[in-house]
Amino acid sequence: MSTQLRPAPATTPPAPGGTGPRGTGRPSRGRWHALRTYQPSGRFLPILATLALFLGMLQVGGLRYEGFTSSQVILNLLTDNAFLVVLAVGMTFVILTGGIDLSVGSVVALSTMVAAWTLQDGWSPVAAIVATLTVGTVLGLLTGMVIHFFDVQPFIATLAGMFLARGLCYLISVESIPIRDDTFFFLASEPIAIALAPWQGGVVIGLLALGMVAAVVKRAALRSALLPVLVGLGVGMWVTLLLMGDPELTTTYSVVIALATVAVAILVLHRTRFGRTVYAIGGSEASALLMGLRVGFVKVAVYAVSGFCASLGGLLFAFYMLSGYSLHAVGMELDAIAAVVIGGTLLAGGRGLVVGSLLGVLVLGTIQTFISFDGTLSSWWTKIVIGALVLLFVVMQRVLTRRQS
Amino acid sequence: MRDASRVFSSTLLWPLLVLLALLVVNVVANPGFLEVRVQDGRLFGSLVDIVRNGAPVLLIALGMTLVIATRGIDLSVGAVAAIGGAVACVYMVSSPDESGLGTALVACALALATCVALGLWNGFLVSVLGIQPIIATLVLLVAGRGLAMLVTDGQITTVNNDSFRTIGVGFVLGLPVAALVAWAVFGLTALLVRRTALGMLVEAVGINPEASRLAGVRAVTIRWTVYVFSGLCAGLAGLMIAANTSAADANNAGLWIELDAILAVVIGGTSLAGGRFSLAGTFVGALLITTLAATIPNIGIPSETNYLFKAVVVIVVCLLQSPKARAVLRRRRTTPAPPAPPAPPESPTPTLAKAGTR
Repeated sequence: MSTQLRPAPATTPPAPGGTGPRGTGRPSRGRWHALRTYQPSGRFLPILATLALFLGMLQVGGLRYEGFTSSQVILNLLTDNAFLVVLAVGMTFVILTGGIDLSVGSVVALSTMVAAWTLQDGWSPVAAIVATLTVGTVLGLLTGMVIHFFDVQPFIATLAGMFLARGLCYLISVESIPIRDDTFFFLASEPIAIALAPWQGGVVIGLLALGMVAAVVKRAALRSALLPVLVGLGVGMWVTLLLMGDPELTTTYSVVIALATVAVAILVLHRTRFGRTVYAIGGSEASALLMGLRVGFVKVAVYAVSGFCASLGGLLFAFYMLSGYSLHAVGMELDAIAAVVIGGTLLAGGRGLVVGSLLGVLVLGTIQTFISFDGTLSSWWTKIVIGALVLLFVVMQRVLTRRQS
Repeated sequence: MRDASRVFSSTLLWPLLVLLALLVVNVVANPGFLEVRVQDGRLFGSLVDIVRNGAPVLLIALGMTLVIATRGIDLSVGAVAAIGGAVACVYMVSSPDESGLGTALVACALALATCVALGLWNGFLVSVLGIQPIIATLVLLVAGRGLAMLVTDGQITTVNNDSFRTIGVGFVLGLPVAALVAWAVFGLTALLVRRTALGMLVEAVGINPEASRLAGVRAVTIRWTVYVFSGLCAGLAGLMIAANTSAADANNAGLWIELDAILAVVIGGTSLAGGRFSLAGTFVGALLITTLAATIPNIGIPSETNYLFKAVVVIVVCLLQSPKARAVLRRRRTTPAPPAPPAPPESPTPTLAKAGTR
């Protein structure tokens, strides 16, 4: 259980009373309780806005173009952007501490290069994957150490990392290297059937509905978290419906890996000391230091996490492209940063959720789908719309934080 | 002025030494490197090329220096440069007299006005709305190239105008026009900033905007102005880049020039934390970056590895300037000599303070 940094006066009265008579209701109640105490309601506002934006865009797309809201198209948002999801997760860690990592795009390119090069050299796929992940993590670790031990600004240090990774790419090869490994082919294109049978979907929806009823009944305990919980359960129902919608529905291992990364990141951020320290550093590094938290360790580790995520994203990108090339993923760091910002994470650090970054990536993917469905819109509208959305969310955050302070 | 030599020795020494080392490497690899000859009434040689190719970076780094001095950063300059070039080229192509001098002048004015407007926008977000500079300018960095492509309709717009070409490749009195323009702007700015109180006010805003506002400095106006100036410099650089090839390439014009410019500023000893800046340092930094880019093909390494060298230079210069790294170096140097306790002696402290906080 997470230690509660925030003293919540309301929690003390029920706790002693609850030990005796209400023993059965306690565990679930305690969990809701933790959820409520450690995130004030204002925290959920940006992410709810992102969700509304995402669903609204899907709705508009569905009205304008036929087949836009079909289950497979929506699932392809994840399939086509799995690498970006992983990148955004790593970026979220860094941005939560108030830093920034400009090197992720280059590390993606380097990872595709390392994977392709080692495979070409006859390494086993597992060895190639391990080597790739090691390279990314070590690069991130070194960047973090430069930032922490030598007080170099994250911006400059990761900029150097960016140049270094691109330079290393060219050192490996100037040409594109194709990947012809069976394991990579398998991971890249093997379809996984994930369609739910009607009875399975029915059971899941029933459970979610029960959860909703329970939430409404217990609304006093949930208080400000009531709305996010209801919305979350509603989204769960919607996803279930999507999965029931098409019996032929398939996805790839990349999506599984990406979603697993998101899940692990959520656990780490909200259920470990490391995660709490990440938020604490973002809130105020000096206070975190005075509290005796391991600021130095976490600051270095966050960049290692980002480097790891970047190389994992690079592997997913290699699955997607089946080649290694020095000019892969140019400017992808901007997409990752934009996804994190649109996901409602404060760039000053200290506030934000990994789920938001996932939603941010989905929003970016929807814009691209929009443009490819339309056919008359030119590709540069993607950039303009992304810029406008970043602006919208930044201004919104500004207004929200100003109101709170 | 009396401090000048001290500041000089601490922040400009290393970049200058690196620059000198680069030149020596070049001369060793290619003895004719420093040769400058006169041909057709203009100067030719690698040095002239470095100076000419470095003009856009120098201009953008100049604007960036002032922005960084106010504790800001302008990531959008590359995109703004692309927009400037695009506006000028599209105007010239669509005008009836494509190759006229008047058309070129109007096109340049239009492009610069657009870039000033974009600078106004950045400055508005930063100074009035109070958004962090890195994010506020990120908006244009992401959207800017899209806007440039909107202007050129996704094409590489080629123009046929000799007057316009002059900005990029022309020579006056044997010297490249691009460099002359950049130096003139640089000199005027240096005069304006260092011979009036403006530079001090900019630094005051960078140290503490709130305190300087309370002290009667118009912090909002100053922060706004530096972004506008940065936009203007970026526009000028964009015109040079476009004139160099007589074409506006929305995707690649000024790509990553913001990073080069920031590097030039940081190498020159201006702290990203704001509050102090060195124009001379920026000048050396920009020269260093351009010389590095010219060195790599000259010594026979494929130019793709440029990035690797850039990374090494960034890391080395940043470490040399980082107070902590200097302290480590100094401690190592002083421990063997005096008796065991490595208590910091009197001498390193002022040097550190000088490097770190001034």
